[in-house]
Formats: sequence, C-alpha cells, structure tokens
Amino acid sequence: MTGSLPPPLVVILGALLVPFLKGRVRSAYLLALPAVSFAFLLGFEKGVSWHGYAFGHELTLMRVDQLSLVFSYIFHIALFVGLLFALHVRDTTQHVAALIYGGSALGAVLAGDLIVFWLCWEAMAVSSTFLVLARRQPGANGAAMRSLMVQLVSGLLVLIGIALHVHHTGSIAFDSMTPESGSIFDLEWTGAGTLLIFLGLGIKCGWPLLHNWICDGYPAATATGTVFLSAFTTKTAVYALARGFPGTEELIWIGTGMAVFPIFFAVIENDVRRVLCYSMINQVGFMVVGVGIGTPLAISGTAAHAFCHILYKALLFMTAGAVIYRTGRTKCTDLGGLHRTMPWTTAFCVVGAASISAFPLFSGFIAKSLIMIAAAEAGQHVVWLLLLFAAAGVFHHAGIKIPFFVFFSHDSGLRPKEAPKNMLFAMGLGAAACIGLGAFPELLYRHLPYAIPEHAMPYTTSHVIQQFQLLVWSALAFCTLMLTGLYPPELRSVNLDSDVWYRRGAPAFVRFVGGPLMAGFGWLSHTVHVTVPRGLRYFAKNPAGAMKLAVDRFLLGWAGMFRSMGAIDRAQHRLVKDQRRYEDARPGAVWPIGTTVLYSVIAFLVFLLVYLIR
Amino acid sequence: MSEHHAPIPTEPVPNPEDPGTFVPVRTAADGDQSTWFTRNVKGIVKATYVLAAVLVLLDFTYGKHSHFEIEDIFGFYGFYGFVGCVTLVLLAKLLRKFVMRPEDYYDR
Repeated sequence: MTGSLPPPLVVILGALLVPFLKGRVRSAYLLALPAVSFAFLLGFEKGVSWHGYAFGHELTLMRVDQLSLVFSYIFHIALFVGLLFALHVRDTTQHVAALIYGGSALGAVLAGDLIVFWLCWEAMAVSSTFLVLARRQPGANGAAMRSLMVQLVSGLLVLIGIALHVHHTGSIAFDSMTPESGSIFDLEWTGAGTLLIFLGLGIKCGWPLLHNWICDGYPAATATGTVFLSAFTTKTAVYALARGFPGTEELIWIGTGMAVFPIFFAVIENDVRRVLCYSMINQVGFMVVGVGIGTPLAISGTAAHAFCHILYKALLFMTAGAVIYRTGRTKCTDLGGLHRTMPWTTAFCVVGAASISAFPLFSGFIAKSLIMIAAAEAGQHVVWLLLLFAAAGVFHHAGIKIPFFVFFSHDSGLRPKEAPKNMLFAMGLGAAACIGLGAFPELLYRHLPYAIPEHAMPYTTSHVIQQFQLLVWSALAFCTLMLTGLYPPELRSVNLDSDVWYRRGAPAFVRFVGGPLMAGFGWLSHTVHVTVPRGLRYFAKNPAGAMKLAVDRFLLGWAGMFRSMGAIDRAQHRLVKDQRRYEDARPGAVWPIGTTVLYSVIAFLVFLLVYLIR
Repeated sequence: MSEHHAPIPTEPVPNPEDPGTFVPVRTAADGDQSTWFTRNVKGIVKATYVLAAVLVLLDFTYGKHSHFEIEDIFGFYGFYGFVGCVTLVLLAKLLRKFVMRPEDYYDR
C-alpha cells in the first residue's frame, strides 16, 4: 500500500539516528519509534507488497496476513516495553542493538519469501549478540561468542537448505513445506534442503540437545538486554515453523521433549535467569507441539501462546533484571528476602509467575489450554499427559521457585532500593497486559489466524477447577518437600548440559592441536624443510663421493657384523680416505664423465622399472 | 541449608552491575525485620492444604468435559500434579549426581 513504510525498515533505519540524540529527546524518540512503526503496520492491508529484484529473484518485503500480524503485534509491544525498561541505560550500543534486533525480528515474520527471511534471520543473530557483549565482562564475552557461533551454524543450515530447496522447487516462496505424509523424513517429497531448513530453525527454537546456546548466552546478557532476547529469537523460530512446517508430526515429539526435559534442570539451577531460560524452552515446547499437531485450533493456540508467553516471560526477565540492576547478583544462593524493599517488583514477579503457571485469570491459562485441547483432540494420549506434567512442573520452578528464592525465603540481608521508575512502569505494563489478556481472552482470540471454536473456550467450570487443582496440589508438593527437607537446596554450582561437549571439548581439541598434533607437524615440517634439503645438498655437493661414502659405510657395517678386524680396518681406512675426497670436492668441479654416465644409467633403470611395473 | 547461602553482609556491598554504587544492607537499627509474609508462612501453608482439599471435594459438584477416561478419576488433576511434582524434584535431585560441577568448572 502506498504511503505506508514497512515497520522493519522504520525500526532499523530509525535505530541509526539514536547515537545522535541525547537525554530526554532520546528517551522520547526510543519510545516513539515502536509506536510509529506500529501505526505504519496498521496502514498495511492484508496481502503482499514492497517487491524488489535481487539475487535473481523477485523479493517481497511485506506479507501481511493473520499469522504474521499477530507476531508483529506482539513484537511491537515487546520492543516498546523492553525499551521503556531500558530507558535509563546510557550505553547507546544497547539501544541500537535492541532496535536493530527487534526490527529484524519484525522483518523475519513479515518477510514474503525465504531470502528476505534469511537475511533478517542473520541480522537477528548478529545484533542480539551485542546485547550480551554490552555487559563488558569476560564471562559474558565468551558466552556471547559461543551462542553467536551456534546461531550462525543455524543460519548456515537454513541458507544451504534454502539454496537446495529453491533448486528443488524453483520457488523462493515461504509457504508450508510439510510433506503430504506429514513426516519430515519423506525426503522424496521434501528434498534434503527442507530438512536442513527444518534443522536450522530447530537450533534457534531450542530443540533438545540444540538448546544450550539459550541457557548459555541469555543469562550473560545485560540486565535489560535479556528482556529483548527472551522475546524475539525463539519466537521467530516458532513463527517460521508454523509458517513452513505446520502438521509435521515429528514436531509433536520434539516439542514434548522440549516441554519436559528442561524442567529437571530448572529445579537444580542456581542462576535466576538460567532458570527462566529453561522454563522458556519448556514453554516454547508447547508451541512446537501446537505446530506439530497443525490443526487450526493448534496453530491458533501456538500463536496465542507465543503472544502471551512473550509478555509474561519478558515480565519475569524484567523483574530478574531489576533485581540484578539493584543488587548485582544473579544467584538464588545470594538473594532472598527482597520483598521487604522491592515490593512492587515482587508483586510484578508474582503476576508473571502466575501467568506462566497458567492460573485462571492470567494470560498463560487462556493460551496453554488451547494447545492442550488440540493435543487431546488429536488423540495424543501420552503427549497430553506429558504436557500436563510439564505444566505442573513449570509452576513448580518458574511459578514458585523464582519468586520464593529471590523475594522471600531466607533473608540475604540485602536491602536494595526499589527498581527505577521506568523499570516499574515497564513491569507494570507487562503485568497489566498479562492480567488483561487472562481476564479478557477475546482481545487476543479475535486476532488469531483461525477462530477459536466454542468448545475450546478456556473459562468452563470444569477447566477452571481442574487447573486450580493441578496447581494447588503442585504447590502442596512444594510445601511438603520444603517442610520435610527433601527439596534440593540451592547450591553454588554449574550443571553440565549439552554445551559440555563444546565448552570442554573445544579446549581439549585446542590442547590436542597445540600439543601432539603440532609436534607431529613440527617433525614433518623439519623433515621436509631441513632434513631432506640438507641430505640433498650433501648429496649434490659430490654425488659420486656421497655414494661412495654410503657404500663405504655399508661395507664397514658389513665387516663389523663378521667381526673380522682386518676387514674393519680396511673399510675404515677407505671411509676416511673417501671422506677426505668428498670434502675436497668443489661443487660442479669434480663430475667425471663416468660418474655422470653412471647416474644417467641408474635414472634410466629406475624409469624402466617403474614403466615395466606399471 | 543456610551454609550454602552467601554470608549476611554487615556493610553496603559494591554493585558490579551499576558501578560506583553500593547495595544497602540490613543494619542493627532496622530492628524487627518480620513482614506480613514471614509472620504468616505457617498460615499460608495451612491455607494451601485446606484449599487443596476443597478443590478435590469440588470434583463432586460439576460435570467434567473429558477428552480421556483418565480425567474422570476423582481428583485426577490434583493427584497428578502432586505426584508429578514430587517425581520431578526427586529425579532432579538424582540428576545432580550426574551433572553438578563446581561453579568454576568451565574456567579451569
């Protein structure tokens, strides 16, 4: 549509102006940018627009439909809330990085084809890294580089996948690539390219064993940076899966795995933000299951869950960020009892915890239930039971553990000031949105890709009571385990996860390369560059003499074997004589014709032998 | 459990996240540090037990919209949540045996 600029361009180009602004003007500008971009988004009608010709294809910058709209809405909200939360930050790098990161996330969900999508996908990986680097601590730098590597591998896989896919199908369209059989391994249908795209998306989505860059990188980011990180990358991956692979049955089990395994790590993790990362993977697992089921209800449930999840996860990361900003501590063992001096932050954290745990009247409830019902309707008995277990588990660690160990529990003695005003406003906005959506689900449902059928509406007597039952009895389990002392204490520790193979393996590899491998190469290098040339020089100085000496040495050895003193004497004598002759020779001067002929004959013989043997 | 916690500081501690500032700490002059929460922990736990019982009893009062037969079992959700969480915590405790390492493990 004419007169409207694409939101990704507005945000990314707008970011470039930030370094030139200062003080209140900059604050106002930062908050205005997402709002202006949002207004431009509303100016677009459904359909594709902003075409351009590059790389031999017609690229499409904007595809506005119900699925991309719902993700763009929430990305705008997350960007606004995140910027408000970070408004006090003086470091320009962080604001610029956050805007470019959010802008490219918008670009990815609004992209009309695979190539534009991939460009944004890479821009996200790079810009998000600066939010970790901006912490300016050695530990954070390492984590930033590690997670960047993993994300770049993902980008590479997607790129190769796209190239193969385009070669296979001749089209760069970003539509459903799900095979008719529903299995991604139906390679005749999909081709290897599709499989690579699938895997590349999976890395950024945080699939089991591919997930650890999240738990490694995100907790190392700045107090405000994690809020942006939690919103964009994984949810863009969810969007891409929902766009490209709805109804791919492998996703059901992958998602169930994501929902179940991280909660075990979350229970024993000491770092507050790492606990939140594990629970994020758990929540994204629900979305991936929804994509895998692929029914209209499931896809709508996925979009709804992504929407709500971004809000409450950002809220939780904001409360953690406020605590980190005020105390400089991130470990459960170092925190506790903060509700005395940070009552507002505590209250917002409890709202976020209630939302992620899906308490009725909070946003998680109205979204998670859609996916649960879709799983039940698809007849996925075991998956449904496992998801229910994961839902109880998330309450246990994100819903109880986080607020309890940070704000209540034992008194750490710390009396930090309440969070700054801009942080409080941002958290308040997030909390209000969580409660608002929970209380009035229609606000969200009407924007979903497919209408929610009457029977899936969350507020039924049976569903509300059952959900309360599940959660209160989970709380009961927590109380009982705490009172009986069975609950594992918070310990200063790190837990091995799938990152161990590169965090320990890579240094071990470097040691191997620096030690044995380099020694081997050193020997080889010495042989090729020193030993052999030296030998050749020795030989070339007086070839006949050198050969004579070789024969003399052989004969001396031969004589030595028979212990015949006379023969040894003669051989030694000859050797000394020949050695003197060899030394006397000037290069090129003593090359009797006979010797030259002898060489030529030997060379010809060797040639002849080689020729005959072949 | 307390031996795992950081020692309680007696004077303001530096805040690495906001260089140049200090985190205030509790002083002797602060006196009684109890709050509504610390005074009522026992009450909160008791309320949880009562609420749990009430919620299970409520199962008698409404018609369930079940997808699976297992949901029709009396108090299924409560039971499942409780057993699930206890299993979760105990298995996680077991997991520590295999994956827990000292805090500086990756720095060595």
